[in-house]
Amino acid sequence: MSIEIRGLTHTYNPGTPLARTAIKDINLTIEDGETLAIIGHTGSGKSTLVQHLNGLLKPTSGTIKVDGVDINQKGVDLRSIRWKVGLVFQYPEHQLFEETVWDDVAFGPRNMGLSDEEVRSRVERALAAVDIDMALAERSPFELSGGEKRRVAIAGVLAMEPSVLVLDEPTAGLDPRGRQDMLGQIQRLQAERHLTVVFVSHNMAEVATLADRLVVMERGEIVMEGPPKTIFAQGDKLGAIGLGVPEMTALMAKLREKGWDVPDSVLTVEEAEEAIMAVLRREARVGTGGDL
Amino acid sequence: MVPVATFRHITIGQYIPGESLLHRLDPRTKILVTLLLVVGLFFIDTYLGYGLAALYIALAIFRSGIPPRFLFRGLRPVIIIILLTFMLNSFMTEGEILWQWGFLTLTKEGLSKGGMLAIRLILLIVGTSILTLTTSPLALTDGLESLLRPGKRIGIPAHELAMMMTIALRFIPTLLEETEKIMKAQMARGADFESGNLLQRARSLLPLLVPLFVSAFRRADELAVAMEARCYRGGEGRTKLKQLAFHTADFLVLAGSGCFVLWLALTM
Ligand SMILES: Nc1ncnc2c1ncn2[C@@H]1O[C@H](COP(=O)(O)OP(=O)(O)OP(=O)(O)O)[C@@H](O)[C@H]1O
Ligand SMILES: [Mg+2]
Repeated sequence: MSIEIRGLTHTYNPGTPLARTAIKDINLTIEDGETLAIIGHTGSGKSTLVQHLNGLLKPTSGTIKVDGVDINQKGVDLRSIRWKVGLVFQYPEHQLFEETVWDDVAFGPRNMGLSDEEVRSRVERALAAVDIDMALAERSPFELSGGEKRRVAIAGVLAMEPSVLVLDEPTAGLDPRGRQDMLGQIQRLQAERHLTVVFVSHNMAEVATLADRLVVMERGEIVMEGPPKTIFAQGDKLGAIGLGVPEMTALMAKLREKGWDVPDSVLTVEEAEEAIMAVLRREARVGTGGDL
Repeated sequence: MVPVATFRHITIGQYIPGESLLHRLDPRTKILVTLLLVVGLFFIDTYLGYGLAALYIALAIFRSGIPPRFLFRGLRPVIIIILLTFMLNSFMTEGEILWQWGFLTLTKEGLSKGGMLAIRLILLIVGTSILTLTTSPLALTDGLESLLRPGKRIGIPAHELAMMMTIALRFIPTLLEETEKIMKAQMARGADFESGNLLQRARSLLPLLVPLFVSAFRRADELAVAMEARCYRGGEGRTKLKQLAFHTADFLVLAGSGCFVLWLALTM
């Protein structure tokens, strides 16, 4: 399912002294089946942008089309849009409320008016997708660890089986292991269910490994857009707006400064290893290793 | 989206930073004048008196630099109460009958009394909003604490009251923000806060209220720990970074407003 954003502007508290334009004239097309990452400094308008994707915020001006339908038109059932575009908020564990994990995950499907049978199978699938053991299903969500709570909250959105999954900083505040698990789960979901994934992140390495395409936001506007390799090759430009590049990309830049002939499009440890090995092998063949 | 939007209209207790004369006055001056005005409004019972009071408040709004539109928006949540007051008084007071329909009788005296009460309510709300709009919560509680301090001897816990108020005021916007966020998160899962009968609606609030209470308790806990970590032990021996001080403007405003409001209350 594709989402088309045209000329989107949002002003909070319009017409008051507290008015603040959080995003200005955003044009963006989210393609069916892609994984899109949104990065940007704190306050650059990322959360504001993603809350428009399922109609939680109304544009001050501009349009959002989900599957060709303008979602802010009169007569469009926003609830049905929200089944299609599942939005996971920043710190979603703060929205848990039911007595048991099971009931909390079932909240969305029940709101959809599905049969008990269907609700049960969806909850089971959703919990399995985020690796939550069925033994936890009868526990209170408030008794879980932080990482488990986060996964249960995400399962609550997954259980609606949306075609687009929007995640606002899904890994914020998780430990490295929790991060890895979360990313693995998102990747798996994307592959298995042919989901379109949009996620906001502050972690460049995570963006580099997961996303097909990056959108860089600065002061409410999109300033860069493209595949991670192209974006991260422009480290200076990113640096100017207070963002970094993945560690390995930075390492390659340092090596290039020292005269190593490594590419600027390296994102992951594996690619870095390969690039360095390639240089070393070349050196060995020429026979002048050592002095670099 | 209706409930989410309504929170934006709550201007009571909101502060708009500025540099106007009203902003710069000592908080105690503003509290005393507001108090006097509130009490005075209950003594006025002529339309001329209300007209003059309204003029006085209009002058204050003008000097505060706050857009009037913004102030009147604060009236929106209470408009029902104002209308109800007006209607009840117009139809329930005995006197010269102007219009009759079934058991409803509109009287001249009722109309006059209802109108006056409605104006009084509006002036009360607008008048007190000016105080909170031009005074930061910190200054406000500082002022209150200072005004209540003489009452310590008769057992009024001035510092504790002020501290409680500071914390409450500080957390109103946070809680509203939190409410809005949780509401949106539940709406993303298809929650419906608007339709259904009373029981269904009350039930539909659970997904909002439970997380809200959980977060309020968590915040209270964190705040208590943070305050203890910074050695807070109550008001005894505490000094202030910003000392309150009356200036010439304060004396002028106090004397001028005091005389004017007293005159209004006693003669109008
Ligand atoms: N409910 C709101 N009311 C008023 N202003 C808001 C509201 N939400 C956000 N803003 C303002 O809009 C701007 C963009 O905020 P937004 O939350 O979209 O940023 P963000 O990019 O998600 O930041 P972060 O990385 O910190 O989550 C900020 O300046 C913020 O102060
Ligand atoms: Mg955000």
